[in-house]
Amino acid sequence: MQVLMSLQEEALALFARLDSPHALEEAKARYLGKTGALTEHLKGLGALPHEERKSAGAAINQVKGVLEKALQQRREALVLAQQERELRASVLDVTLPGRHHERGATHPVTRTLERMETLFRSLGFEVAEGPEVESDDYNFTALNIPADHPARAMHDTFYLAPGVVLRTHTSPVQVRYLKSHALPVRIIAPGRVFRCDSDVTHTPMFHQVEGLWVAEEGVSLAALKGLLSEFMRHFFEQEDLPTRFRPSFFPFTEPSAEMDVGCVICQGHGCRVCSHTGWLEVLGCGLVHPNVLEPLGIDSERYVGLAFGMGVERLAMIRYGVDDLRTFYENDLRFLKHFQ
Amino acid sequence: MKFSEAWLRTWVDPELDAAGLAHVLTMGGLEVEALSPCAPPFEQVVVGQILTVEKHPQADRLNCLRVDVGTSTPLSIVCGAPNVMVGMKAPCALVGAVLPGDLTIKAAKVRGIESQGMMCSARELGLSEESDGLLALAAHAPVGRSIRAWLDLDDRQFTLKLTPNRADCLSMRGVAREVAALTQRPLSPLSFIPRKTNPEFGTRTVRIDAIEGCARYCGRLVHLEHPDLPTPDWMVRRLERAGLRAKALVVDVTNYVMLELGQPLHAFADAALTGNLEVRWAREGESLTVLSGQTVALTADLLVVADEAGPQALAGLMGGQNSAVSAQTRDIFLEAAWFSPMALAGRARRLGLVSEAAFRFERGVDPSLTQEALERATQLLLDCAGGGQAGPILDLVHPEKMPQRLPVRVRPDRVRRLLGFEVAVEAMQQILTRLGVCLEGSGADWTATAPTWRVDLEREVDYVEEIARCVGYDQIPMQVPKAPLRALHLPERQRSRQSVVQRLQARGFQEVITYSFVPAEGEQRLAMQPSPLALLNPLSQDLAVMRSTLSVGLMETLVFNLKRKQEQVRIFEWGRCFLPARDTDGLCTQPMRLGGLWYGTRFPEQWGIKSEPADFFDLKGVVEELLPPGASFVPAQHPALHPGRSAEVRWNGQSIGWVGELHPRLGPSFDLSRMPLLFELEWAPLTREAWPEYRSTPRFQPVRRDLALVMEEGVPAMAVLDALRAVAPKNVTDVLLFDVYQGAGVEEGKKSLAFCVKIQDTERSSTEGELEQICQELIRVAEQRFGAVLR
Repeated sequence: MQVLMSLQEEALALFARLDSPHALEEAKARYLGKTGALTEHLKGLGALPHEERKSAGAAINQVKGVLEKALQQRREALVLAQQERELRASVLDVTLPGRHHERGATHPVTRTLERMETLFRSLGFEVAEGPEVESDDYNFTALNIPADHPARAMHDTFYLAPGVVLRTHTSPVQVRYLKSHALPVRIIAPGRVFRCDSDVTHTPMFHQVEGLWVAEEGVSLAALKGLLSEFMRHFFEQEDLPTRFRPSFFPFTEPSAEMDVGCVICQGHGCRVCSHTGWLEVLGCGLVHPNVLEPLGIDSERYVGLAFGMGVERLAMIRYGVDDLRTFYENDLRFLKHFQ
Repeated sequence: MKFSEAWLRTWVDPELDAAGLAHVLTMGGLEVEALSPCAPPFEQVVVGQILTVEKHPQADRLNCLRVDVGTSTPLSIVCGAPNVMVGMKAPCALVGAVLPGDLTIKAAKVRGIESQGMMCSARELGLSEESDGLLALAAHAPVGRSIRAWLDLDDRQFTLKLTPNRADCLSMRGVAREVAALTQRPLSPLSFIPRKTNPEFGTRTVRIDAIEGCARYCGRLVHLEHPDLPTPDWMVRRLERAGLRAKALVVDVTNYVMLELGQPLHAFADAALTGNLEVRWAREGESLTVLSGQTVALTADLLVVADEAGPQALAGLMGGQNSAVSAQTRDIFLEAAWFSPMALAGRARRLGLVSEAAFRFERGVDPSLTQEALERATQLLLDCAGGGQAGPILDLVHPEKMPQRLPVRVRPDRVRRLLGFEVAVEAMQQILTRLGVCLEGSGADWTATAPTWRVDLEREVDYVEEIARCVGYDQIPMQVPKAPLRALHLPERQRSRQSVVQRLQARGFQEVITYSFVPAEGEQRLAMQPSPLALLNPLSQDLAVMRSTLSVGLMETLVFNLKRKQEQVRIFEWGRCFLPARDTDGLCTQPMRLGGLWYGTRFPEQWGIKSEPADFFDLKGVVEELLPPGASFVPAQHPALHPGRSAEVRWNGQSIGWVGELHPRLGPSFDLSRMPLLFELEWAPLTREAWPEYRSTPRFQPVRRDLALVMEEGVPAMAVLDALRAVAPKNVTDVLLFDVYQGAGVEEGKKSLAFCVKIQDTERSSTEGELEQICQELIRVAEQRFGAVLR
């Protein structure tokens, strides 16, 4: 027994010392393998007297059990230690930036256009388009701008050929759409427009959104006020946005109005952007002139139309605080990336 | 339109301060663009008269003055102004005055001499930017009188931004009429006594040849005793506050009457005229040197007033230098005519002339004014020039060519429907009557006739606007618009603009917007268009032709940003291009397109990814994500692209765009050493959405077989892929190319393409033998068609 106990002591001490799975398995063989020390003891049982055999066998098996359990524990400990080492070796600096792909942004003018489209679609307005190279018939004559109107002079309008212009506003889409669609119609027409003018506050190309609603019922100056005020409140996301309508003049609307909103920058107290008036002019509008409807075969007694047109750049400048119109068409990526 | 508030208040004086008046005008449709005081605030500056001038004993440039300011003892003042004179009257700031710029006047010793105030220049009082001495006042200026009162400096200048329809408000009387109507105040009439005419004085004979350009012509001869007398101060002030510079008496009076009544006048030096006058269209070859000094080559669409020697004035636009009036001209022929807007439209602008008269005629002048304006001008001239004589008024009229004021039916019910709210009939009637409209008929149906000055009131809707603006647009209720519901639906087979563009943005492409017009050389370099659409009147050579490709703007944007140290540029633009071919409207074709550019590295600079330049396949991969199902790429030649690195994109049997690397030959012209990658696609096909095709999900495991085939390097990979896909049996769901290899183990001049064959059975699992058979068939086809061998 004494021998067995010291064998056990010795084996346990050895197992605990070993720190590689391979050495551990070798040590196992030394004690429990075919020629292992403990196996040798088992083999020696046969030489013992019968009455001692049983207790000696039990003692050996007990040692065997202790060793196997110790082995198993040691194996698991080694695996854990190994895993622990591997984990420690594979630590990352998780504060390093992630592998990134840049995302491109929408141009601020398009972004504004898209917001306007979304808003008007939610109010039941369809989006219509028209050509940018336009006949002066559609661009002027059909809109009650007779041949001697100052807007037709070469100075304002780009000509490609006599009678062919770059549209100076999106209003010709009104006429094109009315020609090709049954009433009632409710549309907006966004797009590029061109004027022969370039300085601090003018670019030769800019964007407008035209709106048109022609119907037998529901269209009036009061409805026009309601509609555009609803739009502006949502565009500027300001529920109590003050609005103001002033009489104005456009050849293709009568009555005509210009709409102001309370300055969203100074909240009406007066600042540089609103020229200290507290108001920002945002659009022109009115009821469609019978001179526009009648040549299209529309009974202007039965149908009433409202129309409006707004400059996209102006709204974008106000909304995002951009103070130089020309910035929009320089396409400096450092500027554009602000609109992520 | 600019005017003095004080002048306006002589016509109509509502109980409103200047700001209140401005608000009424703006809300009435006459937008007040600016309202500015005529002088900055200051007090205690009075009219002083210099009694004595003595040199300052200590300083060469200073004088010691004794100045009478109406007090018992004159003030002694040290002054450095160069124009001091005994007897001169000038503003004197008393001790305690605070001048603009916070300058407080104190009693002080200047180089040892007591100074009890300061004599002032116009600049020191904030009345002008520059001045070269004391502000000299009229000899009759009352000594001791506040300078603010004497020069009427508490007045304000209004600037109106008039809309082109309101020609009637281009005069003081017109604005006053409007204020009277909007504020319901009485309008003072213009009262003066017309001068007696001298019938023996005669007149010039005038003939109107161009009656369509001139429907009325009035004129008279006037003789002035002292045309060189100065224009009265009050008139100078009103002219200056209306934005006109005072010149000489006759010119000032004609300008004054135009501002007062709205009728442009012209004065000819009678001695310079030869024989009879004629209003006619100019003849080709004639020329005229006008008052501005410019010599105008006349054309047949310019109306002139000519004598027997030739044109003497551009009618309604500007007089000729030959017959110009000077301060010495004692005999003048005064003209007040009605020239039609059509005869003047656009002419001044075209000739580059600035003309207050043409500005008014273009917009429409009240045709009833000519006689009244002549009488008023005569009266003022004779008053101011120390007397004289006036001849009879010649008045030629062609009523049929005058603006016709036709009666218009106005129905209160119609007014209510268009406004969308209730206005009482009585209120409508009052408004229109106040505006000078003559109403006949019952309260349900009127016949309205506009006053002569309202040439813009033509149809019922015009009267609707008058009623609306006089009620006040702010009184119109805000009505929630009502309309039947309707669905605005984007078909499921269609992609929205946003959803296409978002794919590009997700790949790092930034949207740009460039001008639709580009330099001609850009078009030549980058487009297939040899003769682009050119503008007749471009703003500059950089904006001269319509783009036929988006790449011109994209390349400009690249160069712009590279100059600003951007290293990686990925941009796209969505917009129209312009091609000379006519469309159904007879206009050019204007296809919507999407174009993009990639320059620089594949990934943004970062740790962990080696920085490598993007190549053709990076951009092609992006393009593939945008394309509709069934699009393909074929090698193509494009003049702006690398001949071996460009492809045409085809879909439905037609070309829908291209992708490629910029031709290295173009590099130097953009100052580029590395070539950007570009693509351009027709927009319409990109909006086609694939339709999901349902098949039941198979129960069997998918199987994969790989084939590496070696062939000549010139064989297009897509051709092989297409051939393999075409012959593969139904259970092959796809053949993919997963490697392209050249190098050790592959003969020079050849390449190895590795394909993965994906097999998915649905009925039963294929046997090894069957899978082998599929592979053998694919190998056989590759061998037969492309001379490929299994590696």
